[in-house]
Amino acid sequence: MQNNKNHVISVLVKDEAGIVSRVSGLFSGRGYSIESITAAQTSEKGYARITIETSGGDANVIEQITKQLNRLIPVLKVIDLGDVESIERELILCKVIAKDEDRSEILRIAEIFGAKIIDVTPRTYTLQAIGDERQIRSLIELLRPIGIRELVRSGKVGITRANQFTTNNANGNGNSVVKAE
Amino acid sequence: MLEYFKYIQLSGVNILMTTTDTEKSTNKLTGAQIFLECLKKEGVDKIFGYPGGVILTIYEALYNCDFIKHYLVRHEQAAIHAAEGYARVTGKAGVALVTSGPGATNAITGIANAYYDGYPLVVFTGQVGVNQIGNDAFQEADIIGITRSCCKHNYLVKDVKDLPRVIKEAFHIATTGKPGPVVVDMPKDILSAKAEFVWPEEVKLPGYNPNYFGHPKQISKALELLCDAERPVIIAGGGIVASEAMEELKQLADRLHVPVTNTLMAKGVFPESDAKSLGMLGMHGNFWANHAVSNCDVLFAIGTRFNDRITGCLKRFARDAQIIHVDIDPCSINKNVKVDIPIIGDAKNVLVSMLEDFDKNKYEINYEVKQSWLEQINEWKKKVPALEQPTDKLSAVTVIQKFYEYTKDMDAIVATEVGQHQMWAAQMYKFNKPRRFITSGGLGTMGFGFPAAMGASIAMPDKPVFNVAGDGSLQMNIQELATCVEYNIPVINIIINNGYLGMVRQWQEKLYHKHYSETKISGPDFVKVAEAYGARGFRVTKEEEIIPVLQQAVECKQPVFIDFVVEECEMVYPWVLAGNPINKVLLSNDCPIN
Repeated sequence: MQNNKNHVISVLVKDEAGIVSRVSGLFSGRGYSIESITAAQTSEKGYARITIETSGGDANVIEQITKQLNRLIPVLKVIDLGDVESIERELILCKVIAKDEDRSEILRIAEIFGAKIIDVTPRTYTLQAIGDERQIRSLIELLRPIGIRELVRSGKVGITRANQFTTNNANGNGNSVVKAE
Repeated sequence: MLEYFKYIQLSGVNILMTTTDTEKSTNKLTGAQIFLECLKKEGVDKIFGYPGGVILTIYEALYNCDFIKHYLVRHEQAAIHAAEGYARVTGKAGVALVTSGPGATNAITGIANAYYDGYPLVVFTGQVGVNQIGNDAFQEADIIGITRSCCKHNYLVKDVKDLPRVIKEAFHIATTGKPGPVVVDMPKDILSAKAEFVWPEEVKLPGYNPNYFGHPKQISKALELLCDAERPVIIAGGGIVASEAMEELKQLADRLHVPVTNTLMAKGVFPESDAKSLGMLGMHGNFWANHAVSNCDVLFAIGTRFNDRITGCLKRFARDAQIIHVDIDPCSINKNVKVDIPIIGDAKNVLVSMLEDFDKNKYEINYEVKQSWLEQINEWKKKVPALEQPTDKLSAVTVIQKFYEYTKDMDAIVATEVGQHQMWAAQMYKFNKPRRFITSGGLGTMGFGFPAAMGASIAMPDKPVFNVAGDGSLQMNIQELATCVEYNIPVINIIINNGYLGMVRQWQEKLYHKHYSETKISGPDFVKVAEAYGARGFRVTKEEEIIPVLQQAVECKQPVFIDFVVEECEMVYPWVLAGNPINKVLLSNDCPIN
């Protein structure tokens, strides 16, 4: 594993009041960074998934983060998505200044990246794009010289490729979830 | 105000129902009654607390309760420390009950203290009514948010039907794995709401599965390493106390012929009278213990989290050693010290497995090599702190030595506050069993000792209980003398009165150009204070008075303050300056600090 690159950590939790605060409070309290954080319910009632992107940690820090997260009682499973085969995506909404002479260029860039124009005003285009880190970064780099008025990012979400990160086990019983070692 | 009337109405209804309830015979109890039933189920018979607005329904239920004895403290912080003192000597969870807002915020220090030292507590806090939460109601505090980072887990109960499950889970979490405090926040309306009392049969916590048994392969690897080692050392930590693994530790050390040093939290886990005992290591640990750890080739650490007070400079800590680390908390492993063989498990189970493995398989041990290592350590044992120049005032070291000599065969419980007196007590008072030395190690809480001693005395009324205190620390929770007098809890306070915040003064003397900034501290006449509270007070200024006064104090079976007026400038040695490697031990004032 490479040191000091961003890590995306996926945390399966019991969906209860204050859970995001419990998890994010652990990061701030112990001085770990949060680059982005997303949280939402899973397919199963009562469980939520929190995806956190963290930076600036060597392998030791990531090990500590994983262990500390596991120590929280409502946390069921923690996976460093960098450790397993996984797919990561981020959604961005980007409002670009659309001068007459730039409009065709914006459309061209959008097409290359599979982005959609979801809103148009006399002065701006708003793009919606979904991609992995590299795609999103390139898109933003290309749009920046044209003029970004506003940029909203969802933060990363990720999913493992193998079937290893659900609340179910073989008999589909949500009670038998065990923590990852 | 409206809430208040609603409350009166509610309780009015309750009274009517219990007296003239003819409609239907229901088994429903109020939340407050359910709370007490739950405590009964958990085997709790003593709680420490302080009443207040939102928990009045509990105090109403306590009024005629014959199975729980409530101790009314004089400050909520003391309730938590007392519960921790109780937990430390009994090994059971200590229980405290405080009201919302200031009651709960006063409890924070106590909760944090138990969290750092890993002792089981269940702290019940009152909360404003569910509908008022978030509205800045009178005596409202977001105690769940505030305690999140200083307790093992916490709960806000929003339905009276959840109360039994939450309480059962709270006790389970507090007492298993690495023990710690759990906070249960109970809104006022939950306590007066009614429900049937249903005690859950089991605890279901899918996210909480402490690993109790070490991996067998890791265990044999560790054993091999220890047998082959030429200069092995065991560091015993507080985890040995929590898992009651003293006997196993002794057997392993005997069979493998390995010396044992202990952390502050593990005083008494290995008999300090044993030849293999190195006593305490760390900042104020023994010269030889620090040198043994610095020069060892295999370090076997059990149930310790490698706090900076024992490691000193991390880069230079046990540099040549292969490190084996057993801990039930995976977070402790590789946090501060990089470990070669991690073993996640309960100390007792791991040691039992090691002993079984050792007895079953033929491990070869070169006892001669190990003996010469012990002899090397014995050479280091000659390095003891230099005696201070006698002055016309009493020496604190003398007081604590005499106190030890006089009480050593009493199986006494000795609590301490935090500072110089704490370190002197740790250095000089030898224990052959754990759960006797009650001290705040991780958080270093001044004001901990007195209420903790009180809780310990309540748990073990037949044992003499002492609190070695400084004149600064004692003033942080001195009000508990009233509690001691009220319940006749015979805690004897050994006040090492040097008129200074001595430990800070010591740092200022060596490291801050003798600028004694805000460390000279005045105190009351402790003898008069004791008498004013209705306790016994003594003052000792001469060496020959020490034993006779201690004798009177023990015999009177009352709470006691003994004001030992001692020399101001005495320093604690051995001393390793913060950040230095632990083998750089200062043994006297004459040692250069660079």
